[in-house]
Amino acid sequence: MIQFGNIQIDEIQMRLLEEVADLHSVPEGAFNIRSNGKSAARFSTANIEIEPKEDASGINVHIKPGTKNESVHIPVVMTQSGLTELVYNDFYIGEGCDVTIVAGCGIDNCGPKDSEHDGIHRFYVGKGAKIRYVEKHYGSGTGTGKRILNPGTEVYMEENSTMEMEMVQIKGVDDTDRTTTAELAAGARLVVRERLMTHDKQRATSTYVVNLNGEGATADVVSRSVARDDSYQKFDAKIIGNAPCSGHTECDSIIMDNGRILAVPGLEANDVDAALVHEAAIGKIAGDQIIKLMTLGLTEQEAEEQIINGFLK
Amino acid sequence: MLELRNITFDVHDDGQDKEIIRDVSLTLPDRKLIVVTGPNGGGKSTLARLIAGIETPTSGQILLNGEDITHMSITDRAKKGIGFAFQQPVRFKGLQVLDLIRLAAGKHLTVVDACAYLSKVGLCARDYINREVNSSLSGGELKRIEIATVLAKAPSLAIFDEPEAGIDLWSFQNLIDVFQRLREHIQDSSILIISHQERILNIADEIIVLRDGHLVRKGSKDEILPELIGTSAAIPTCRGPEESEAM
Ligand SMILES: Nc1ncnc2c1ncn2[C@@H]1O[C@H](COP(=O)(O)OP(=O)(O)O)[C@@H](O)[C@H]1O
Ligand SMILES: [Mg+2]
Repeated sequence: MIQFGNIQIDEIQMRLLEEVADLHSVPEGAFNIRSNGKSAARFSTANIEIEPKEDASGINVHIKPGTKNESVHIPVVMTQSGLTELVYNDFYIGEGCDVTIVAGCGIDNCGPKDSEHDGIHRFYVGKGAKIRYVEKHYGSGTGTGKRILNPGTEVYMEENSTMEMEMVQIKGVDDTDRTTTAELAAGARLVVRERLMTHDKQRATSTYVVNLNGEGATADVVSRSVARDDSYQKFDAKIIGNAPCSGHTECDSIIMDNGRILAVPGLEANDVDAALVHEAAIGKIAGDQIIKLMTLGLTEQEAEEQIINGFLK
Repeated sequence: MLELRNITFDVHDDGQDKEIIRDVSLTLPDRKLIVVTGPNGGGKSTLARLIAGIETPTSGQILLNGEDITHMSITDRAKKGIGFAFQQPVRFKGLQVLDLIRLAAGKHLTVVDACAYLSKVGLCARDYINREVNSSLSGGELKRIEIATVLAKAPSLAIFDEPEAGIDLWSFQNLIDVFQRLREHIQDSSILIISHQERILNIADEIIVLRDGHLVRKGSKDEILPELIGTSAAIPTCRGPEESEAM
């Protein structure tokens, strides 16, 4: 066992924490670490209060108006095969805050039963607040049981608030159904950078519905993904302009082996001054990229790996 | 030393066979800078691609230091010391200039060492080292990064395919300096440059002229260059190829 602050965790849990939240020791600032269905450690600061929910599994995070340069880590790790949980985490972010929120879930499944974590995150972002949100999903373990993650993210943004979301799922998650919805008031700005890789027989769907409701609201939703082996992905991003606003969505994908990808970019303009753009491109790795790296001495496989690593960086 | 023996290369295009390279034999000795010139479409890039292993000849043999590499993979030839700067460099979404230089060097270079290669090709290293090798780079920038990767690889046979293309006049002198320095430190390696530029031809030890897939002239610079002056095979720096007559 490893001492982690005032709790003890095992090596697999430690590795999962490193993968999903970059944690090598107890983080600075507020945190809540959830392990195998229970809250294992929790810490609030003067400005950021984390409390357990009374009526459901999960936490409420209250961030005082004007809180700046602080962070909240709320990683989840699961190492017990066959566990299924549904967790609600709500964030109430005060006006004028500037904070970083690091979520993430790692599942290690060594058993025959499926492990599943469904995390519903709701963000109420106050006027002028600025949030950076990082979410990494990761799976490992040799069991035949699946590692399933179904995150639901709801973002409610008040005037002139900013939310930058980085969503990463590179390895080991067998099945994922991710839904992100956002409602933006005037002057609010949402930036999403999603990076996804599926392999073996994995399946991933990612759905976005972004409503730009106020004048000057902007959204930029960009997904880069790689589908290899026999995996399947669906990217479904819809931006709805209900006011003078601007929105951009982009899906850029590489397919390999027998991978399959369905990209469904959608735009809906309900205001004559809504400027909406979508781009989608799916294709295999360009042959001349592989050839170039081979002329530098890499094998074809090494070249592919480098190209994918760069693409998903 | 690289030796081409009776190399021919045919392609099947538009329902008919086309001979791109016709019975070319030549030797690239060590410690020499050789410039290949000739009209567009003459087969220069194809010849370079054959040497690098990107294409395989229809017939003939390629020997590197006596070893037959005709059917060797691109990777193995690269490992044996062949380096190739493409006429049209490739862009990579996401890969950074630093990544590419490190891959070329085949070892974990420090940022400072990697930057030195960019400086050599006249790029302000600080501005470029973390740039993505994507469509945000201009043709000339990409071209210089391509040359920097070959310098980082330090091959024993370095091939540069029209390195001057897209490079402005001011940087051109810089480029000549790069090749001159390479030439000075050539040791047991050799350099093959494909070019139409008189000033590059001028630093050659030997010049080869390819036309319609044939090797039509081969000899020392002093012998060949005077014949080429005023043709499209030797363009003074101040003129672009489109202004010159076909040779
Ligand atoms: N794979 C190919 N298929 C068809 N035509 C080709 C192929 N490769 C080269 N060619 C043709 O061969 C000729 C020589 O091309 P290239 O080697 O690029 O000439 P250069 O570099 O001297 O301008 C050109 O007419 C080109 O279109
Ligand atoms: Mg050419």
